[in-house]
Amino acid sequence: MPLTDSLRDDILASVPSLRAFAISLSGNGDRADDLVQETLLRAIANIDSFQVGSNLPAWLFTILRNLFRSDYRKRRREVEDAEGNYAKTLKTQPAQNAHLEFEEFRVALEKLPQDQREALILVGASGFSYEDAAAICGCAVGTIKSRVNRARSKLSALLYVDGAEDFGPDNTVRAVIGGNGG
Amino acid sequence: MKEVKKQGGLNAEIQSRIGHQLRAMYDDVVRQGVPDRFAELIKKLDGPETAAAPAGGDPDKNNGGS
Repeated sequence: MPLTDSLRDDILASVPSLRAFAISLSGNGDRADDLVQETLLRAIANIDSFQVGSNLPAWLFTILRNLFRSDYRKRRREVEDAEGNYAKTLKTQPAQNAHLEFEEFRVALEKLPQDQREALILVGASGFSYEDAAAICGCAVGTIKSRVNRARSKLSALLYVDGAEDFGPDNTVRAVIGGNGG
Repeated sequence: MKEVKKQGGLNAEIQSRIGHQLRAMYDDVVRQGVPDRFAELIKKLDGPETAAAPAGGDPDKNNGGS
C-alpha cells in the first residue's frame, strides 16, 4: 500500500517496541539502533509489499529479525562490547540490587540459543501470539511453543537452580563467545 | 510443605519471575519512546511510489478481474 500519513504514524508507533526487540536480541544499544534504522529504511522502501489490514508490527519485526540474523553472523565476535553499551541505553539506572539482578538476567538471556531467545522475547515480552511469532520466525506454531518452553527451562536453570555461583559475568561472556564461536 | 513440580512445567513462581524480568527489561526500552532521529527519518523518507510509480498500479490487485 502507499505510504500514507497514517501509515507513517503507525510505523512511528512501532519504533519503541522495535528498539526493545533489537536490544533484547543483540544486547547492544548502538547496534540495536542501527538495526532499527535499517529496518525502517527497508520497510519504507518496500511498503508496497505490505498488505493492507495485516499486522504492521509483525511485518516490521520480521524485517528486523531477518536483518539481525544476517548481521549477527557477520559480527558475532563483538559480543564483548555488549555489556557497556547496553547500560548506556538505559535512561534511568535501576537501584543497585535490582540492577545486579537485571544484569544477570540479561546475561543469561544472551546464553540462550538464538532461536529460543527470539521466541521467548516475541511471546513473553513483545506480546505476540504464538501464531504471529511463528510467522515472524518463519516456522510452525508448535516449534515456537517448544522454543519458548525450552528457553524458560534454560533460563530457570541458569538463574535459579544449582551452579548460580559459576555464573559470574566474566565467565559468562567467555562462555557466550566460546559457545558461539565453534 | 508443598512439593515443587519439576516435570510437567517449571515452578510457577520461577516462571513468573522470568516473565516479570523479561518484560521489565523490554519495557524499560519501550518507555524511552521514539528517539528524534527515527521520528525525523520516518517523516522525511518517501515511499517507493515517488521513485518509480508504476502506471496502472499493482497488477496483483487491479488486474485480477474475473
